[in-house]
Amino acid sequence: MIWIALTVVALTLGAALLVLLLDNLLAAVAAASVVSLGVSVMFVILQAPDVAMTEAAVGAGLSSLILALALRRLGLIRLAVGGDAGNDDA
Amino acid sequence: MRSLATLLFLGGLVFLLTILTGALPFGEPPMLVGDAIQKAAADEVGAANFVTAVVLAYRGLDTLGELSILFAAATAGGLVLGSAQGGSNRRPAGFIMRAGTDLLFPLLLVVGLYIVMHGHLTPGGGFQGGVVLAAAFFLPLLARPSETLSHAWLSLVEGLAGTAFIAIGALALLDDKAFLTPLLNKGVLGELVSGGSLPLLYLAVGLKVGAELASLLSRLASDEATS
Repeated sequence: MIWIALTVVALTLGAALLVLLLDNLLAAVAAASVVSLGVSVMFVILQAPDVAMTEAAVGAGLSSLILALALRRLGLIRLAVGGDAGNDDA
Repeated sequence: MRSLATLLFLGGLVFLLTILTGALPFGEPPMLVGDAIQKAAADEVGAANFVTAVVLAYRGLDTLGELSILFAAATAGGLVLGSAQGGSNRRPAGFIMRAGTDLLFPLLLVVGLYIVMHGHLTPGGGFQGGVVLAAAFFLPLLARPSETLSHAWLSLVEGLAGTAFIAIGALALLDDKAFLTPLLNKGVLGELVSGGSLPLLYLAVGLKVGAELASLLSRLASDEATS
């Protein structure tokens, strides 16, 4: 069990570092979602399923969705696919 | 230079916190509330999930505060984002997104309602289930941007759910009990219809949270008001 916990902690810390280091804002949002997912797995390991469900639903799902939508609304999403980057924003 | 100063500041903060927490005795004084609630909750409240017993019965007022904070946040968000009229004029999403949405919508609806309805039995409850419900109703907007959610209906559901929560809490006052004291028959521990008024309270919480968040998400997804 301790190895699972250590792996999850390493994953969470790595994702948290990625949030700071990534240039692509959408990728940073995804990394922040991974941080929440790791934290929610830690809550399961610590036998707090209620908190884990809240963290998974709100932290990993909703807040990253809101951040991504805010990025889209502000026109900050730069997708490196195809040639029409920047034409998709509002 | 600035990052060096930040690093120094953070190091000092960590040092200070380590000294402070190192001097505090760990686990002293022992918390007696948890044990007391675990002994008493099954008889007093009748909810198999003791977390729900704490959230809705022992600390129901805190949940009302949480709801009002969420309401204030959603209202402020709606105020900043403006009214969402007429959806977005983005292209519809691709086939995989649309087919996946059609598949996921009923699944998310069932899972969300399940989490809300079984909040007094299993982990989960109104807040978690409400978020899942909001996601279920938001997904079709991602797949077909021209569609909109009816904000009149969402406001109606939200207002009625919030009123129902307060009304159920106030009903206990008629009985000379404290605000939000669980009412009704407790039933058998662990059955779906048990725990008195707790499932009703969680249903109200779930509907309120779901409607609020769905409205906030649809406002965020819609285009900027151009007029």
